[in-house]
Amino acid sequence: MSDSRQVNIASEVDVILARQEGRALAVVAGFTGSDLTIIATAISEIARNIVEYAQKGTMVFEIVSNGTKKGIRVVAVDHGPGIPNIARAMQDGYSTSRGLGLGLPGSKRLMDEFEIESEVGSGTTVRMVKWTR
Amino acid sequence: MEVPILKQGPLLITTIQNALTDSDLLKLKDNLVELAGRHRSRGVIIDVAALEVMDSFMSMMLRNITQVLKLRGADTIVIGIQPDVAFAMVQLGLNLEGLEAALDLEEAIAILDGRFKEARSNVR
Repeated sequence: MSDSRQVNIASEVDVILARQEGRALAVVAGFTGSDLTIIATAISEIARNIVEYAQKGTMVFEIVSNGTKKGIRVVAVDHGPGIPNIARAMQDGYSTSRGLGLGLPGSKRLMDEFEIESEVGSGTTVRMVKWTR
Repeated sequence: MEVPILKQGPLLITTIQNALTDSDLLKLKDNLVELAGRHRSRGVIIDVAALEVMDSFMSMMLRNITQVLKLRGADTIVIGIQPDVAFAMVQLGLNLEGLEAALDLEEAIAILDGRFKEARSNVR
């Protein structure tokens, strides 16, 4: 079985597909129980952000290792409008659309590592990792 | 995908069987509000036991459904939130205010029945 999977995100159906694919790879990486739900939830939030703000993008899921532990890395890339103020976008409850404004800060809380890069006019990249316990 | 809604006396009961897209959820909301009005329902029970993920949009929709139905005179109770899902929802930081939950169908029916009885005895 391959250690990486890619899902193209272009519609709300792909949000469901992305979290199913990510969850399936997390099972291969050795995650169980609530961690699987946590990973799927974070993927759902980030995938939904892509559909909402950039309309389309890609998500790549990969099994990673730091020597002793395995984990799953999620990289979400879009070429949408970008985020003018990342600090504000990382605040709970801040949203420029119809959402609850929990996508980015919530995903950061769910995952172990979370990085975001964004440039206005060229797009946004989110990288996040969860490690097995 | 159309989510079936059952009428049981003053209640509407619906079971979400699969992960729903945003438009499926919006449609479910419209159908519930329409049916609750048509049947003069007093309570609505939404079973989410089959869901492996409840993200912020899903939770927001459940809250919206609850609030709209409240304004139409019906109480909504969400049942069957899985333990792992509950854990992830809390960690995500969801504001669950206004969302009422019960463990299962039996408990939700008992809660709503109690309320209907109380409402009737207050009238007398």
